[in-house]
Amino acid sequence: MSDLSVSENTYEASMGDYFALLKPRVMSLVVFTALVGLLVAPVPVHPFIGFVAILCIAVGAGASGALNMWWDADIDAKMKRTVGRPIPSGRVQPGEALGIGLALSGFAIVLLALAANLLAAFLLAFTIVFYAVVYSMWLKRATPQNIVIGGAAGAFPPMIGWAVATGGVSIESVLMFALIFMWTPPHFWALALFVKSDYGNAGIPMLTETHGRDTTRNHILVYTLLLVPVAVGLGFTSIGGPFYTAVAVLMNAWFLKGAYDIWRRTDVDCEADKHRVEIKVFKISLYYLFAHFGALLIEAVLRLYGIGGW
Amino acid sequence: MALQVEHELHTRRKGRNIGVGLLLIGFIAIVFGLTVVKVLQLGDANKFETFDHVARPQIVPDEGASE
Repeated sequence: MSDLSVSENTYEASMGDYFALLKPRVMSLVVFTALVGLLVAPVPVHPFIGFVAILCIAVGAGASGALNMWWDADIDAKMKRTVGRPIPSGRVQPGEALGIGLALSGFAIVLLALAANLLAAFLLAFTIVFYAVVYSMWLKRATPQNIVIGGAAGAFPPMIGWAVATGGVSIESVLMFALIFMWTPPHFWALALFVKSDYGNAGIPMLTETHGRDTTRNHILVYTLLLVPVAVGLGFTSIGGPFYTAVAVLMNAWFLKGAYDIWRRTDVDCEADKHRVEIKVFKISLYYLFAHFGALLIEAVLRLYGIGGW
Repeated sequence: MALQVEHELHTRRKGRNIGVGLLLIGFIAIVFGLTVVKVLQLGDANKFETFDHVARPQIVPDEGASE
């Protein structure tokens, strides 16, 4: 028996395993929307402070992802999509994920308070608590509206970016929040309609399974209708302008048409064309969010040259 | 019995140690950079120097001078 054989059966996590705890793909969306929130604000931010602030927001989002993985390890182990995550696959111990989540949350919040301001740090802390406690621990397993309310956690980053620059909250940042908040349900429910999920096995009440697919289609249409005034309305604030409004009108018409097409369909239609429309609308929803925040950024650049805004 | 130092475990630990090292260096760089930026943003370095947890009027250059 060699001296090392004792530890041969014990997997020690690599740096990549710890990084996977932070849900890097979610982090990339957080970074993009937070950056737009920061850059479109009317108050210039020193580039280094802006960089540190975005880093803090990204790390805070990652930390809440680690806390989510720690809490949801039992249900992650029951679903195909999540069984390969670091904790259910045994690469990272649950206690490590909890420690990393709490430590990174603390670092991100304190550093953001020092680099930017207390309001931004408070909003980041609120987001982390909202995602880890309100969504993961409470709503996710309790109600089919989990996605709706949990979506608020993903909607805060542009508001935090705005708070970093201005030190406050305004109609513009509230509308950016509302845009992501209202966009999340149709985006996820379109996905839920065509992905064969095993949420049921894990005991998570998803709308498609608790209320059926027809109710889900109705919800998609209603939420998309409610999303339109928010998205277009943002164009008439100080960060909007003709370019953004044109993009918003086109994208909302496209998304609304998709939601209407889904609403008209039946399960037989879905089976017949293998969810072609649902998959298409899900893709449109991704372009939708990117186009809106991209247009806000372009509008801000145009304003620098005196041609943006109303 | 001699230790087989080239065990896969060591490679992974080495990667982790380097990762933690880089993170610490990054953290130091961020704190240092923030300090420099925050101090420079004061515009006048005297503002920083004349407040060392308590106001230090004895080193304010224009203290007592006519306006």
